[in-house]
Amino acid sequence: MSDTDLKPPADEESAERMSSAPVEADAPSGIGVIGWMRWMWRQLTSMRVALILLFLLSLAAIPGSLIPQNSQNAFKVQTWQAAHKTIAPIYQKLQLFDVYSSVWFSAIYILLFVSLAGCIIPRTWQFVGVIRAEPPGAPRNLTRMPVYAAWHTDADPETVNAAAHRLLRKRRFRAHLSTGTDGAVAAEKGYLREVGNLLFHLSLFALLAGFAWASLASGQGGKLVVEGDGFANTMTQLDDFTGSAFYGPEDLDPFGFKLDNFTASYQTTGDQMGNAREFIAHIRYWEGDDSSKLKAGDIQVNHPLDIGGSKVFLIGHGYAPVITVRDATGKVVYHDTVPFLPQDSNLTSTGVVKVGDYGDKDGKKVQLGFQGFFLPTAPANFGPTTGPISLFPGDASPLLVLTAYEGDLGTDAGLPQNVYQLDLTHMSQLQQDGGPAKAKMTPGQVWQLPNNYGTISFDSYKQWATFSVSHRPGNSIALTGAVLAVLGLIGSLFVQRRRIWVRAVVGPDGRTLVELAGLARSESARIAEELAELAVDLQDDAPALDEPDTPEVSDASPTPTRPADSESKE
Amino acid sequence: MILASGVNPHLAELSNKLIYSAMAVYLLAMFAYMFEWTFGSKGAVAVRSAEQATLAETAAAATLPVQAKAAKAAKSVTVTVASPGGGTTTLTRTALAGEGATVVTSGRGDGDAVDGPGAAGSSEKGDMAGRMAISLTVLGFLINASGVITRGLSVMRWPWGNMYEFSCAFAVSTVAAFLILLLAKKQVRWLGLPVVLTALLTLGLATTVLYTDSEQLVPALHSYWLGIHVTTAIISGGALHAAFVVTALYLGKDTYDKRIAAGKTTGPFNTAASVWDRLPAAATLDKLSYRINAMVFPLWTFTIIAGAIWAESAWGKYWEWDPKETWSFITWVAYACYLHARATAGWKGRKAAYLACLAFACFVFNYYGVNIFVTGKHSYAGVG
Ligand code: HEM
Repeated sequence: MSDTDLKPPADEESAERMSSAPVEADAPSGIGVIGWMRWMWRQLTSMRVALILLFLLSLAAIPGSLIPQNSQNAFKVQTWQAAHKTIAPIYQKLQLFDVYSSVWFSAIYILLFVSLAGCIIPRTWQFVGVIRAEPPGAPRNLTRMPVYAAWHTDADPETVNAAAHRLLRKRRFRAHLSTGTDGAVAAEKGYLREVGNLLFHLSLFALLAGFAWASLASGQGGKLVVEGDGFANTMTQLDDFTGSAFYGPEDLDPFGFKLDNFTASYQTTGDQMGNAREFIAHIRYWEGDDSSKLKAGDIQVNHPLDIGGSKVFLIGHGYAPVITVRDATGKVVYHDTVPFLPQDSNLTSTGVVKVGDYGDKDGKKVQLGFQGFFLPTAPANFGPTTGPISLFPGDASPLLVLTAYEGDLGTDAGLPQNVYQLDLTHMSQLQQDGGPAKAKMTPGQVWQLPNNYGTISFDSYKQWATFSVSHRPGNSIALTGAVLAVLGLIGSLFVQRRRIWVRAVVGPDGRTLVELAGLARSESARIAEELAELAVDLQDDAPALDEPDTPEVSDASPTPTRPADSESKE
Repeated sequence: MILASGVNPHLAELSNKLIYSAMAVYLLAMFAYMFEWTFGSKGAVAVRSAEQATLAETAAAATLPVQAKAAKAAKSVTVTVASPGGGTTTLTRTALAGEGATVVTSGRGDGDAVDGPGAAGSSEKGDMAGRMAISLTVLGFLINASGVITRGLSVMRWPWGNMYEFSCAFAVSTVAAFLILLLAKKQVRWLGLPVVLTALLTLGLATTVLYTDSEQLVPALHSYWLGIHVTTAIISGGALHAAFVVTALYLGKDTYDKRIAAGKTTGPFNTAASVWDRLPAAATLDKLSYRINAMVFPLWTFTIIAGAIWAESAWGKYWEWDPKETWSFITWVAYACYLHARATAGWKGRKAAYLACLAFACFVFNYYGVNIFVTGKHSYAGVG
């Protein structure tokens, strides 16, 4: 821009600079690498680039909300990938299944934070300087300020200036009365705006630090516990565990608990029938090494229990039939409580029973496998087309539906196996009456297996619950950051920073001219009223003289002439 | 197994009836606002708003006798205010000696856009219709709020457990935002029609598409954070709604001003000029929309933080980039963009208004879009 002649004088520029927002750099200044680097740094810390980065950040967050994410549901990602064979590899390359840890997403927020640091830290120093210095002195030409008032009085200038100084102090302005020939009062108020603004931006760093610490030093494990069973928080007992750089399996907090029982309640009427209403896991737990000192506690959804540095969350629940298998001689070859996994909201559950120690039959070593459904509320009848579907998640009419297999379970190979699946490669289904052998059992019922294999009985059932054990430090830092951010925002958005100058001088006609001018951030309309109030109060000490003609202010002073875009500089 | 019930069917039914009644009253209010706009278009459009004119008269009346007594008794100051357009405004403050009363008058200088007189224009019938419309809006608001409260009482919990309930509460908070502006003595009666219209649409959608019976909540919602997080979300939503209406009107008015300057005689989409004439000046609308958005931003920030705290106690992590969280974040960043653009880049007017509209679009998508089309942990909206 070549409007240097339109620029206000230097004293006005410093008077008008109320925000220390970075000044935009239009072109590289200086030469060579240093010049360019300085230019790039200035670009990066400029408001324009900060805006672009903010905008990019919100844009970049969108794909993660529409494409399944590994961090939330790895299973869903696999299903999606299987269904979109052609584009899945491309998405994979673009890290679209891990948006929030992707290179490009990280790059945006890191740049944003670098920009923020480059912008806010100098600004903080500058503000410290502002606090220590006096409010900027009155510009020579007060009429150029956006809010202005003036009148003539008989009172002498020193009295008026001193009164103005006193009044401004009373209004809790930081006011400075400059002595000397050109006595004038410079006052400023609303520093909390800047404090708030700096606090807000700085607390974003606290938030980031909290995030970072959490991701470096947290760990989470999962565990399924059947009613009556216990659990100790060690690597061998957890079903799964994900640690981080500073929280590995050896750092697990020492504690354990026993699940005494689990209560669930459901809606029984209306269009929300079957919706869950309450889940409570009643436990007794211990901390440290002494597992004999037990304390009772409840864990509910939304109400985790804090135990020894970890939080234990209730995640899911289901049913576990208690099953006994006897061989043809009546000897018990299997007795266990087998968790079945829910498949739908009415807890139609699937599960398997692996009888690895059946022993020999007809001189040959065999194993048995069972596969089937547990229905907490079974329909009176279900045909082959509808299949076994539970009608309600509560256990109103429990039923176990099983089919049986014989052969080799594959468990002896030493390879880890999924306990919820049968490997059917070396198994064959038992037949009965010309079809697959199948039985529906209510609790207490016994199924006589075909081929003289003995019996399987559905003795009873228990409930199980899954827990997530989570160790996450850094939450309090993030929370503190968040709270400070809100406080800072309130200050930054609701406090108005404004300056008022008062100057009384003796004019050529011997009368004293009192001039008041005010400047505020552009969005404020109240500065005019504030100035008027002050002026009215000031008239106690500097009564206005009757103007000979109409008391038009614009007669006494020229109307402010300012470049039209001057507001945008503030 | 325990069977849950605990719904008071009488209160639940009363609530439904109240919501329908509120819709009926809002509908009447809408007609009254329409009458106001129609009558207002017949009278001549006064350039200065009625309010301003009466203020000036009072001031003149107040100063005259005093001047007659003793000119010195009144302290009077006239402040010149430069406005962005290059024009000036004056504000005169007069303190009457001995009576302690002050009168503030504001006048407009040349070259400054002037606020329109409001929907009623200078028509008395229009004004009458407008007053009736406001009364009906207040009545509708009260019935709507009672509907929400009885819904809550019928199950003894916060009445925002599903989208039907959110929507009813949204309508309450949108209308409340408007009434609060009125109470704060802002000249916003012209906002009545669009506000009541949005409330009607929201309730219409709620009662037809989103309706669910009053029931207890799923365990995921058993938390006092529901009261905190969702309440602030609803208040923010209502206010952002109102701010959006103002922003949209600003864009319309600004277009209208440009069209008039270009010699055309109608508003955008060939709407009648008299409608736009009666609205406040574009700059006033622009400022109002900024004010509302800036007021709400800290509350919206708090809403997200409260949500994160809740997520921490429900799922173990305060932030998991669940779709709802992600879109709240996007909305938040979009509003931050808007505030930055205004505060630091000096974007006023259209560019900032487009950003505000975009940010509001994100908010709306987060509400309807994410709840209905995207599945995540927040899928307890009770629809689909
Ligand atoms: C991390 C994302 C950021 C968010 C959410 C954010 C948000 C905000 C908000 C809400 C305001 C208040 C606006 C007002 O005073 O009316 C603000 C002001 C400000 N921001 Fe940011 N900001 C972010 C990043 C940045 C960056 C990267 C910079 C520097 C390049 C920056 C510099 C400023 C400045 C200078 C102001 C004060 C404007 C003034 O008072 O003159 N911000 N910011």
